[in-house]
Amino acid sequence: MMRMRSKVAHWALNIFAGLGLLYLFTPIIFIVAFSFNKPKGNFNIAWQEFTLDNWMHPFAEESLTRALRVSLEIAAVSTLISTVLGSLIAIALSRYKFRGSAGINLFLVLPLTTPEIVLGSSLATLFLGQNFIEFGFATIVIAHIMFQVSFVALTVRARIRGFDWTLEQAAQDLGASPMRTFTKVTLPLILPGILAASLLAFALSIDDFIITFFNSGNVVSFPLQIYGAARVRIPPQINVLASMILFLSVAVLLSGTIAGMRKEAAKTSAAKPKHRVLNKSA
Amino acid sequence: MTAGVTVSRQIGTNADRVGLGAMLVAAACLVALGAKWVSGPASSVVLLVLALVLIGVLVLALRGGPEARRLLAPYGLLKPGMLWLALFFLAPVWSLLRISLSTKPSRFSVDYNFTWAFENYSNAFKDFGTQFQHAFVYAAIATVLTVLIGYPLAYVIAFRGGKYKNILLGMVVIPFFTSYLIRTIAWSTILADRGFVVRTFDAVGVVRVLEWLQIMDNGKLLNTPAAVIGGLTYNFLPFMLLPIYVSLEKIDTNLVNAAGDLYSSATRAFRKVVLPLSIPGVFAGTLLTFIPAAGDFVNAQFLGNPNTTMIGNSIQDQFLKQNNYPVASAMSAVLMFSIASLVLLYTKIFGTEDLA
Repeated sequence: MMRMRSKVAHWALNIFAGLGLLYLFTPIIFIVAFSFNKPKGNFNIAWQEFTLDNWMHPFAEESLTRALRVSLEIAAVSTLISTVLGSLIAIALSRYKFRGSAGINLFLVLPLTTPEIVLGSSLATLFLGQNFIEFGFATIVIAHIMFQVSFVALTVRARIRGFDWTLEQAAQDLGASPMRTFTKVTLPLILPGILAASLLAFALSIDDFIITFFNSGNVVSFPLQIYGAARVRIPPQINVLASMILFLSVAVLLSGTIAGMRKEAAKTSAAKPKHRVLNKSA
Repeated sequence: MTAGVTVSRQIGTNADRVGLGAMLVAAACLVALGAKWVSGPASSVVLLVLALVLIGVLVLALRGGPEARRLLAPYGLLKPGMLWLALFFLAPVWSLLRISLSTKPSRFSVDYNFTWAFENYSNAFKDFGTQFQHAFVYAAIATVLTVLIGYPLAYVIAFRGGKYKNILLGMVVIPFFTSYLIRTIAWSTILADRGFVVRTFDAVGVVRVLEWLQIMDNGKLLNTPAAVIGGLTYNFLPFMLLPIYVSLEKIDTNLVNAAGDLYSSATRAFRKVVLPLSIPGVFAGTLLTFIPAAGDFVNAQFLGNPNTTMIGNSIQDQFLKQNNYPVASAMSAVLMFSIASLVLLYTKIFGTEDLA
């Protein structure tokens, strides 16, 4: 009787989790499915008939394509700068023990615990009423770097937490210059963490709407274009481009996971005889 | 001669104080310039101080010994990012507060005068009290819902995922690779009046029940408070799920087995072992969900109606459409302070380590 009940509970939980996943995928299925729709009128919201036209002409909506290009440019520039700034902070935090590091840690979390609308509106007040810089591409890039730096710093720091900094010492004892030590020893080892952080920063930049909305001037990024068009017209190309971005990200994620699993498998098979008992939880 | 050596040695051993001091002074200079504490000739003085401080540290690093360089290194690495945040995060907060206490000389003017105008705050509360209330209530309900949905899902992935753990976790994240706006607009079509959800509810005959539960309104699902809360729940679910997953993943399964060996029931083992150990994840998730949800205006705009607007909608409208910067800034400041005090309370109790 007891066993029966716990079995039911076991499956109830699994089913609930399955429904949770379904909930997460509902709008995604909808978005991908409607990229194959041939809409009647301006709004691609009711199913009419199956077509491949939209996928054959994904860049047919000129304003949308232009906005996507602007977003990619913004993301490229801001990611490059924020990755450098954020990684330097992360290296400082994990490599050195220094006065004030607790304060720096707290300060880094602040931008993440401030609502985007506050970040966006306050940055806009900084740019108001001055004549050094006009709202546009530059202000959007500045805004994106501002919120990316914290994300990059915290992600890189988490990834290099276990890094053995005595390796640097070893390299220098063997006669390597500090520059050579950095390029040949430190950088290759922390690069995966930095790359992961920059991918995250890139994704955040592409998708940011609220902060960009306040600091964009006349420049229209991809999310701004969708926002502006949503009341007038929802062309199926939105779904096509969104699906493309989705599939591309999945491919990146999958290749990362597979590479990670291969590495893990190689490691465990090499270490099997010794670690079998110790490594039970893994 | 010897005095000079002692002084330089002393600077050498105290280089970390110098480095930290220089960074703080440089940051203060940037905030002063950005937030317009100073103007005209005074700003050139501040600029000069900034340049001197930066050059001074550089000289110290070059002339000082290896010990001084080692002590200065972390500040050198921190400086570019920290100064960026000083100029584009701290200074804006200051200028936001300044404008929130300013008045506009006339309705169409872009200028504003700082006058300690506290009436902006009372006006913000008087005119937009409902929106504040909506923001906090909707965000709170959405946060509770993300725990209810996210915790079981994270639990199943962490403890029953086996070798599919990473794939399942990937599946949770994948939907969030599509644009935030597109997802929200997709929900507005899914929940639309003649969409399949409403038609299914109609066919099954649960419309009355849902109306009684105040989830549906007049046979409609879209443009109701429930739709707004549902959208918030959906869009911020990963911020709850991932921290919970991380804290569950860390739990040693041997602890749970040990509880079982000691004749604890599964429920009791969960309550006494797993749940307490996963609480830090839930609290980190609560902050990461509640904060963006309370400031959001996209969900309320696409899924709500004019009576469900949140404070984000009002800030956006006052700032970008009405150009009423003082009142918009006052609302932003109130939102920021209420959330900052909440965060402080939380970190006092649970520490900041789990946020990152």
